[in-house]
Amino acid sequence: MISIEGLRKVFTANKTETTAVDDVTLSIKQGDIFGVIGYSGAGKSTFVRLLNRLEEPTGGKIFIRNQEITALKKNELRLARQDIGMVFQHFNLLWSRTVKENIAFPLEIAGVEKEERNQRVQSLIDLVGLSGKEATYPSQLSGGQKQRVGIARALANKPSVLLCDEATSALDPETTNSILDLLVDINQQLGLTIILITHEMRVIRKICNQVAVMENGKVVEHGNVLDVFAHPKTDVTKKFVQQLMGDAEAENEFEHLVHTFENGKLIRLHFVGETTNDALISKLVKAYDIDISILQGKITRTQAGAYGTLFIQMTGEELEITKAIQHVTEKTSVELEVIRGVR
Amino acid sequence: MFADLFATIKVEDIVEATKETFYMTIIALIGTFILGILLGLLLFLTNKGGLWENKWVNFITATFVNVFRAIPFIILILLLFPFTDFLVGTIRGPNAALPALIIGAAPFYGRLVEIALREVDKGVIEAAKAMGAKTRTIIFKVLLPEAMPALISGLTVTAIALIGYTAMAGAIGSGGLGSYAYYSGFQRRDFDIVLLCSVIIVLIVFLFQFIGDYITRKLDKR
Ligand SMILES: Nc1ncnc2c1ncn2[C@@H]1O[C@H](COP(=O)(O)OP(=O)(O)OP(=O)(O)O)[C@@H](O)[C@H]1O
Ligand SMILES: [Mg+2]
Repeated sequence: MISIEGLRKVFTANKTETTAVDDVTLSIKQGDIFGVIGYSGAGKSTFVRLLNRLEEPTGGKIFIRNQEITALKKNELRLARQDIGMVFQHFNLLWSRTVKENIAFPLEIAGVEKEERNQRVQSLIDLVGLSGKEATYPSQLSGGQKQRVGIARALANKPSVLLCDEATSALDPETTNSILDLLVDINQQLGLTIILITHEMRVIRKICNQVAVMENGKVVEHGNVLDVFAHPKTDVTKKFVQQLMGDAEAENEFEHLVHTFENGKLIRLHFVGETTNDALISKLVKAYDIDISILQGKITRTQAGAYGTLFIQMTGEELEITKAIQHVTEKTSVELEVIRGVR
Repeated sequence: MFADLFATIKVEDIVEATKETFYMTIIALIGTFILGILLGLLLFLTNKGGLWENKWVNFITATFVNVFRAIPFIILILLLFPFTDFLVGTIRGPNAALPALIIGAAPFYGRLVEIALREVDKGVIEAAKAMGAKTRTIIFKVLLPEAMPALISGLTVTAIALIGYTAMAGAIGSGGLGSYAYYSGFQRRDFDIVLLCSVIIVLIVFLFQFIGDYITRKLDKR
């Protein structure tokens, strides 16, 4: 769907060169919600702006639906852009136009007939949940409502890709959630590919299935959200995972558990993906003659399933415990680690 | 006593002079609006980072604007006499004042237009680009509408400067309240006329200010 090869962007300002995007190669599948996360200055905004050439690449190639975006002439690029919606952090609505007129703007640009324009605007207003606000000016809307207009506007020309640069960063957590839900809805209803820039891990967790971590212009890690979360390789990724999970996995935490709970086996379960809801704990207790106490842990839901860590204590016959452990390692995808054996 | 004070004034003359002042101001204002928008757009678009970035066009336009803004109006009229004569066929009367009025006011308004356009949110221009808008669409559907309140309040300021210019033009024979005050009033030691003309001009200024403020407020949906 989208393939990016060796994409580079070098800014020259005051004779100093900044490599904002450094040799990025990625491919994004149709229907993905692809998250790009990184700290401030990592080059995320520059990266998305290169995709529709709001910023001209210094090097590399971009293909969207087999069209080489980087090879297009000015007029061809204008047409290609109508197939790439863009949502902005600060909404960027025209204050001189009403909600309806704002959403109609891209349709005017694409030369859609007035009658069809009105119909499409109305259905978009319904889609983003702004019925009744048609004739309102942006200044009278809340941040969340403004972003809904921004999203409706970005969808007006039925694009196949939606680019979102920090689309929720100016919103409070609750509004963020409702906007993210809307994006998932749109992704499922319209099947369009979404590329979403953020510096917040919970945004990635909530809606993305693929993620790329950026640092200093480079994509340092990318892939399935759960894989990247479960086995972070770089320090940046580890920090982002910590942002989400807290310090539940820090060494000294289970040091303390080892001392407090003196009998039984202390075990760490690492959930990566679909198994959390399989009632694992109760199955184990029913199938084997053991007791399980949950000591501590944190499980979080992602678009692709659950992810997190649980510390448990197993007490009972040594043999039964061994069987239970075998069950977990052989029959589920939960990763298990014995922190301390039976005393 | 009141009647005594204004005894020498003929009502028809006052009305005629007021009409001429209105005529000159309004026609010059229309010309200034068109020329000023063109100059302002040119300054804005050819500027560094602009949609038509062009150092030379920008330099030439800026020079034109700066030079004509620097020349005092009363001298500009004299300077433009040959041009006016060629264009209008006379150097007297309201029509003869128009070229100087427009050329005097448009560069001033052009700068105000440039400032107004610079105030338009860059993000909105970028959003329009991302939608695949042509430059023409960006000018007519984004830049000008978004800048409209500032364009109108700038036009109000310009209109008031123009009223002042028409009075100066009057002193060298263009007609209007300036002429009337100078020839019928000042030169004949008839200060009632000077006073009355001042009052009428102040009222006209207030009228323009009021209308300008009203339209600006109506347009501003921010
Ligand atoms: N127009 C520009 N001219 C010069 N340097 C730029 C320009 N735009 C971005 N940069 C530089 O490129 C680097 C990446 O910037 P970018 O805006 O892409 O970061 P970001 O990851 O989006 O950060 P944030 O989370 O703060 O938005 C920064 O070092 C920035 O200073
Ligand atoms: Mg950014």
